[in-house]
Amino acid sequence: MALETLAITVLWIFLYGYIIIASIDFGAGFFSFFCKVTRRDHIVNAIIERYLSPVWEVTNVFLIFFMVGLIGFFPDTAYYYGTALLVPGSIFLVLQSLRGSFYAFAHYGARNSTAYLFVYGVTGLFIPASLSTVLTISEGGYIEQMAGGEIVLNMGKLLTSSYSWSVVALALVSVLYISASFLTFYADRAKDTAAVKLLRSFAIAWSLPTIFASFLVFLSIHRHNPEHFDKMMDISWLFLLSFACFCGALALQLQKRSYGWAFILVMLQFAFAFFGYGMAHLPYLLYPYITITDSINSPAMGKALVIGLIAGLFLLIPSLLLLLKLFLFDAKYVQGRPIQK
Amino acid sequence: MELDNTMLARILTSLTLGFHIIFAAMGVGIPVIISIAEWLGIRRKDPMYTLMARRWVKGFTVTVAVGVVTGTCIGLQLSLLWPSFMKVAGEAIALPLFLETFAFFFEAIFLGIYLYTWDRFKNPYIHWLFSIPVVIGSTASAFFIMTVNAFMNAPQGFTLANGAIVDVQPLTAMFNPATPTKAGHMILSSYATSAFILAAIAAWKLLKGNRHEYYRKALHFTVALALLFSFGTALYGDFAGKYLAKYQPAKLAAAEWHFETKPQAELIFGGVLDRETLEVKGAVKLPYALSILATGSPNGEVMGLDQIPRELWPPLVIHYFFDGMVAIGMYMLVVPLLYFAVRRWKKGNVPRPLLHAIFWGAPLSILAIELGWIFSEIGRQPWILVGYMKTQHAATTADNVGEMLVMFSLMYAFLAIVCSLVLKRMFKNKPIEAELK
Repeated sequence: MALETLAITVLWIFLYGYIIIASIDFGAGFFSFFCKVTRRDHIVNAIIERYLSPVWEVTNVFLIFFMVGLIGFFPDTAYYYGTALLVPGSIFLVLQSLRGSFYAFAHYGARNSTAYLFVYGVTGLFIPASLSTVLTISEGGYIEQMAGGEIVLNMGKLLTSSYSWSVVALALVSVLYISASFLTFYADRAKDTAAVKLLRSFAIAWSLPTIFASFLVFLSIHRHNPEHFDKMMDISWLFLLSFACFCGALALQLQKRSYGWAFILVMLQFAFAFFGYGMAHLPYLLYPYITITDSINSPAMGKALVIGLIAGLFLLIPSLLLLLKLFLFDAKYVQGRPIQK
Repeated sequence: MELDNTMLARILTSLTLGFHIIFAAMGVGIPVIISIAEWLGIRRKDPMYTLMARRWVKGFTVTVAVGVVTGTCIGLQLSLLWPSFMKVAGEAIALPLFLETFAFFFEAIFLGIYLYTWDRFKNPYIHWLFSIPVVIGSTASAFFIMTVNAFMNAPQGFTLANGAIVDVQPLTAMFNPATPTKAGHMILSSYATSAFILAAIAAWKLLKGNRHEYYRKALHFTVALALLFSFGTALYGDFAGKYLAKYQPAKLAAAEWHFETKPQAELIFGGVLDRETLEVKGAVKLPYALSILATGSPNGEVMGLDQIPRELWPPLVIHYFFDGMVAIGMYMLVVPLLYFAVRRWKKGNVPRPLLHAIFWGAPLSILAIELGWIFSEIGRQPWILVGYMKTQHAATTADNVGEMLVMFSLMYAFLAIVCSLVLKRMFKNKPIEAELK
């Protein structure tokens, strides 16, 4: 496999990982806040807390890994995206800083503070919205290189574009849908029937909006970047598989059974769609300025990064499995019973 | 001072780094101390040490959260504020940046495990073992990041041909001449600062009249570590002086107001500089000391600023930052020594003035880290990548840097206030007596 293909595949896998676990996290924050306001927090918040506590810091690293890896393998992206994204990037940073610190403050310092939960819950919706605009920008048409070489982001165009808003809508509903599907599964493992009932109703409520928003994004890519749309049509079977997974997951949830399989189908639904989108996006990292073949780092650095990656994965994968084993697959922990081995 | 994009980007970067480094230093140092305390607790079967580990790790989770989010800020801000530099960095020094994310991953995963598996295992050493990857991960993170900063000071491992970077050797770039001293000095000063911060808490409680054995043990334990780590920091500071003399003589000469190349050079401490005549007034002069710092011999020749074109001189104000850092470094060494001397002489009693001195060691050591970074970063000017790229050519050309500066300033102020309040409340509601039952 060519270095650039290998690099973008690995980065895309990590970004996919981030989308799944960050969605769970963002959605959980919003549900905690929502249930607190509607006085149903006693039903779900213990479940949410038990899952989030040990893993919240790991979520952040997936994103940092993607960003650093992107700059390492494709250094041109630092220059173009770095210049263009000063304002949206900074807003994202402020939101994620507030969210991360308020999680710790609320969790370890002042429990039950509605104000802290508000910051935590609401930033969790703004962050995916702001991050998703990076994907919008990558479609081209929003970043322009001036005659003098400087790079400018056309904010007015970004904020008034229907494509941009359809992506934001998709990001928001996906976050809530993925999160509710996962938490239903987690609550089911914890044998907490009241929480399952509530979280399942959230999952079902957000399922149709998710698929509706996906179609909307499809249509607006057609209008905004026909070249990308045509390439997506060439691999339309991936998107059909994605839709099939969605139907399967919804069917299971409606029948109140196999929530674990339902969540795996949800993950597959997003995997097919996300990789289909990504494959059709290639070779461009930013239409029309950066392609993976032009911007790939030198073979020497590429080799060093790949070796680092392999060594890192040997460390990372067993550690992640241990984390999952202790907190996701350990029935006693999930059920909140005291454990002594 | 003109507030152009370069200056605004510099101010914003220094603000983020200045805020982040406090939490980053604690993030690197505190796990080491917690791990040692837990191990002592198990080995000596002394619940006091176990309780230290438990209490410190609780406060640590709050500071680590702020460290993680501000670390994300600086990681992304480098690209947002210095896009041209990060393109070059991506080409030449991407390897340690990439490896750092793995170290961070490792640390984050095991910190989660460590925090939520107390009492989960019959054999207490298993829980203690989970602290080791946290220590390795956080110290390795610091190491990798410091290699990047070292590379900015002593770039190597690539060739510049027609403005393009070719012939890259990633390991040569990473293990550049500045790497050992930069990484060693920063990691050890993080350990020392963390020891002083934890010692200050114990000293504070003792000053407030709490005579509980827990605090006396905690004080003794942390001051002993502070002595060890401060000594290591000073040792690496000395190595760093020798590194500078060899590879970045302009930085050392500017820090020492050393204008004339000569052997048997004296070290100038404090004083006021006449910018026209370059005469120093009112300074303490230590004969031979600069030659010893720079070369290890009182007769060694030290290059002065006379050998360096005026437009490449670093700002001379760094003299004060350097002196402040060194003075506090000495304080961090003397206070623990005094503690052990007085304790022996007074048969275990620690007099109040000494407790005060230990307490002030915490804010002072944080200040020393800030001064050291300001010295190092301003001392590298006018370069962002010494010899290759000037700072003014690396800054972003985007608008609104000023607005972003205001936004981040407000956020850091807000986080600092809320974080302090939360930490204070956390321990006020949980006195030591209640936890020992």
